[in-house]
Amino acid sequence: MSSERMTHLKRLEAESIFIMREVASEFHNPVMLYSIGKDSAVMLHLAVKAFYPSKPPFPLMHIDTTWKFREMIAFRDRMARELGFELIVHSNPDGIAQGVNPFDHGSSLYTHVMKTEALKQALTLHGFDAAFGGARRDEEKSRAKERVFSFRTVNHGWDPKTQRPELWNLYNTRVKSGESIRVFPLSNWTELDIWQYILAERIPIVPLYFAADRPVVERGGQLIMVDDDRLPLQPGEVPQVKHIRFRTLGCYPLTAAVESDADTLEAIVGEMLTARTSERAGRLIDHDEAASMEKKKREGYF
Amino acid sequence: MSAQPEFSSFSDYLAAQEGKSLLRFLTCGSVDDGKSTLIGRLLYDTKLLFEDQLASLSADSRKHGTVGDDLDFALLVDGLAAEREQGITIDVAYRFFATDKRKFIVADTPGHEQYTRNMATGASNSDLAVILVDARQGILTQTRRHSYIVKLLGLRHVVLAVNKIDLVGFSQARFDEIVKTYADFAADFGFETLVPIPLSARFGDNVIERSAHTPWYSGPTLLEHLENVEVASNALARPFRMPVQWVNRPNLDFRGFSGTVVSGLVRPGDAVVVAGSGATSRIRSIVTKDGELEEAGAGEAVTLTLTDEVDVSRGDVLAAAADRPEVSDQFAAHLIWMHDEPLLPGRPYLIKMGTRSVGAQVTEIKHKVDVNTFQRLAAKTLSLNEVAVVNVAIHEAIAFDPFAEVPETGAFIVIDRMSNLTVGAGMVDFGLRRATNVHWQQINVSKDSRAAMKGQRPVVLWFTGLSGAGKSTVANFVEKKLNVEGRHTTMLDGDNVRHGLNRDLGFTEADRVENIRRVAEVSKLFLDAGLITLVSFISPFRAERRMARELMGEGEFVEIFVDTPLAVAESRDVKGLYKRARAGQIKNFTGIDSPYEAPEHPEIRLDSGVSAPEDMADQIVTYLRERGYLG
Repeated sequence: MSSERMTHLKRLEAESIFIMREVASEFHNPVMLYSIGKDSAVMLHLAVKAFYPSKPPFPLMHIDTTWKFREMIAFRDRMARELGFELIVHSNPDGIAQGVNPFDHGSSLYTHVMKTEALKQALTLHGFDAAFGGARRDEEKSRAKERVFSFRTVNHGWDPKTQRPELWNLYNTRVKSGESIRVFPLSNWTELDIWQYILAERIPIVPLYFAADRPVVERGGQLIMVDDDRLPLQPGEVPQVKHIRFRTLGCYPLTAAVESDADTLEAIVGEMLTARTSERAGRLIDHDEAASMEKKKREGYF
Repeated sequence: MSAQPEFSSFSDYLAAQEGKSLLRFLTCGSVDDGKSTLIGRLLYDTKLLFEDQLASLSADSRKHGTVGDDLDFALLVDGLAAEREQGITIDVAYRFFATDKRKFIVADTPGHEQYTRNMATGASNSDLAVILVDARQGILTQTRRHSYIVKLLGLRHVVLAVNKIDLVGFSQARFDEIVKTYADFAADFGFETLVPIPLSARFGDNVIERSAHTPWYSGPTLLEHLENVEVASNALARPFRMPVQWVNRPNLDFRGFSGTVVSGLVRPGDAVVVAGSGATSRIRSIVTKDGELEEAGAGEAVTLTLTDEVDVSRGDVLAAAADRPEVSDQFAAHLIWMHDEPLLPGRPYLIKMGTRSVGAQVTEIKHKVDVNTFQRLAAKTLSLNEVAVVNVAIHEAIAFDPFAEVPETGAFIVIDRMSNLTVGAGMVDFGLRRATNVHWQQINVSKDSRAAMKGQRPVVLWFTGLSGAGKSTVANFVEKKLNVEGRHTTMLDGDNVRHGLNRDLGFTEADRVENIRRVAEVSKLFLDAGLITLVSFISPFRAERRMARELMGEGEFVEIFVDTPLAVAESRDVKGLYKRARAGQIKNFTGIDSPYEAPEHPEIRLDSGVSAPEDMADQIVTYLRERGYLG
C-alpha cells in the first residue's frame, strides 16, 4: 500500500488519518469517544492533523463512570478547551441513582452499568451513527479479531461470527436507521508504537503516566492508588507512598499501578522495552472470566 | 519490543526503531495445516509473549488444548469463544511482532472454505503470503483456492511452508514432490518470489532456528526470509493518483482537497486533472499540520490546494494530467463473491471504488474459474466463494485504472443495497468502452469543430468491388468534383497503402483482414480530421466491411458497391492480373480462387454495365449533397 520511504509510524499515522476522513465524509453524525488515556491522546492528535486547517467535524464524548482519577478529569477539560472540541460528558443516571460502585457491586456489574449501559444510552440519545474508539488489536484476543469498521446492531451489539468482509481500505460504511459502526483508527498500532509516537510528536498525556510519589494500597498483588476518600480501606490497610506510575488508565479502583522511576517519555519507552507483562495485566476487568472482553463487546462495550 | 536492545544509547535505539521497515503478511492454507500454531511459535520464539499472556496460554492449553501437555500456540490467536470451543479459526486475527530488522503485522486467516471471505480480508492488506501445506496431505483444494485468491488480490510474494515435515520423517523426497506440484500449478501466477521452506511449526524446525533434521535444505529459515525479503512496491514510479476524501473548507479563503496519495508523486506546480470532468489545474500547495511539503508520495495523507477554482468533490480522482486514468461506465473485472445469496446478473448493487460509491450491475458473467483446476466454466450466477470474470456496468462514468497497473484505483467492493452487506470484491481488468471520453473533450477541438472549419460533414466513402470493377476510376472523378467545390478530401487505395503502410502484408486471408483493419483505422483518423475520405479497396469480406462500418459513427460510413460482373472486369483486365491469376501465377485472387462477398445493403450501388464512370461520380456527389454532407 505504501512506499518504503515512509517510516513505520508515518504509515500508521497516514492510515489512521485516512480512516478518520472516511468517517467524517460518509456518516451523518459521528462522534469520537474520548477516554482520556494515552490511546485517546494519540487519537485526538491524529484527528487534529487529519482535518487541518479545519477543526475535526465531530464532537468528543466521554463516558464518565464518576470513578475516574481526578487528574484525568482536569486533563480532559483542558484538552477539549485547548483544541476547540465540543465535549459531551455522559454518566448513567440510573447507576448514579442506585449508587452503583465497583466495591459493593463488583467490577463486572459496575462496568456493565456505568460503562456499557452508559455508552449505549449516550449513543442512542444523540443518534450517533459512527463512534471512534481508541482500541488496538494488540491489546487483547477478541480485539485482534475485530474489523476497523465494526458493525453494531440497533441494540449496539457485536456479532463476531458475521463480520463484514473488509478489503483493502474500502470500508463499508452503510447502516440502516438505528444501526451504527464503531471505528478503530488505531487498530494496527501497538503499545510501543503509541509511546514512540507520543514521544516523537510530544503529545500531552495525563501526568499519571509519569512516575511520582503517590499513596497506594496493595491488594491481591496489585497496587491500587488511593485517589480520594471514596476508596474503602480494608481492615489493617494503610496507604503507603510509593514511586508509581500507570501503564494504562481506566477507573481508579480497577486500574493497578506499577512501581517505576520513569518520569520522562524517554524513560517510559525505555521501560516498555524491558516489560515482561502486558499492559492489560493492570486491568482488573479482563480477569473476571475467560473471553470476558468478547462478552462485553457483544453487549455493546467498546 | 525486542527483548534485549543492544544500543549504546537510548536515542540510537530510537533511531534504529524509526528506520525499521514494516512487513504485513498473512498465513493461509487448508484447515489443520497449522497456521495459528505457526504464528504462536513465531511470537513465542521471538520472545514477544508477556508473562501474563503465557500464564493464560498455559491455563487455556489445559482447558482447550489439542496437543497434550504442551502449549497449544493456536489458542494465542484463536480469540473468539466459538473458535476456542470448536478448535478452529473463523475470522482473521491480527498479531504484531518485531525483530531487530523489521516490524511485522501478521494476519492469521481461516482455512475453512466457508470463511474464505475472511481469508481474503486478511490477504488484501498484506505484502506477502505464507501458504501452509501439511506435508502428509500435500496440495489440497484449499491450497489452490488460497493461492489463486492471493494472486488475484495482487500479492507478489509467497512462502510455501511445507509444515509438519517431522511427520513425514523430514523427507526431502516428499518436500521436493510437494514443491514441484505447487510450482507447476502456480507457474502462471507471476509471483515475484516463491520460497519453499520445510518446517515444523509445533517443534520450531526452520521457523527461526535452522533444523538439524533437514541437512538437505540450504535455504533460509522462515524468519530469515521474512526479515530480508524485498517487498517494496513500485507505487512511487506509477502515475500520480489521489482519490479525494474530503473537501477541506475552514473558511472562505481556503479550499483544499484532503486524501491519501495512492500512487506516484505530486509536487507544487504539477499539472493535474479531475479525472471525471476532465478539468485541469495545477497544484498550488501540499498542506499538512506539520507544514507545507515540497512533495508527497504514495501512502501519504495530505491536503492539496489548486491554482484554479475547479469543481472537485469527494469521489473525484485527482490524477497526473499527462497520465490519466480511464473514464468509463463499463469495465471487465475479476470478482470474488462473498455472500450466501448468489450474484445475479442484472441485479442492482452498489460498488465502492476509491472514495466513490455508485450503483452498478453485472451485465454478464463471462466465465467462472474452477479454483481446483483453474478451468473456465460457463455460469449464470455466482455462489459464495466463487471467482468469475464479469462485465460491470456503472450508472455513471467513473475514473479507474486496471488493477494490475494501479491497484488502489482498480479495486472495488460490492455492497448489497438491501442488507448493506459487503458481498463481493473485484479487480478491474480493463475499461470496456470510452463512454464519454470527457477527459479529452475539455480540449474543445473535436471532429465537429474541425469539420465546421471546412464547411462539410466528414464521411468515409467506401468503394468495394472486384479488381477492375472501376472503383478507383469512379473515386478519382468524385474527388476531382469535390475538390473543384472546395471540399477537403483524401484518398486511400491499394496503390498508396500497399506500398507504404501495409507493405508487410501479403494476400492470404489473414493478411487481407489485417489490410482492411488498418485501412479502416486510418479512415477513422481522417474522419476525425474532418475530411471526406475516399477508400477504394476490393475488401471482399462482409465481416471486415461491417467492422469498418462499426468503427465510424452513424451516417459517417457510406458503402458504395461498384457492381461489375466478373466477366466484364476480367475482360477489361487493365493490369493483366486476371490473366496471371488464371495462369496460377497469383494465388488468392478475388473472383478466381478467393470469394467476393457482395454487399447486401450498400448505401449506393453503381451498375457499371449501364453508366459511364463520370455519371456514376455525379450520382455519388448528388447523394452527398442531398444528405447535407456538403454544408
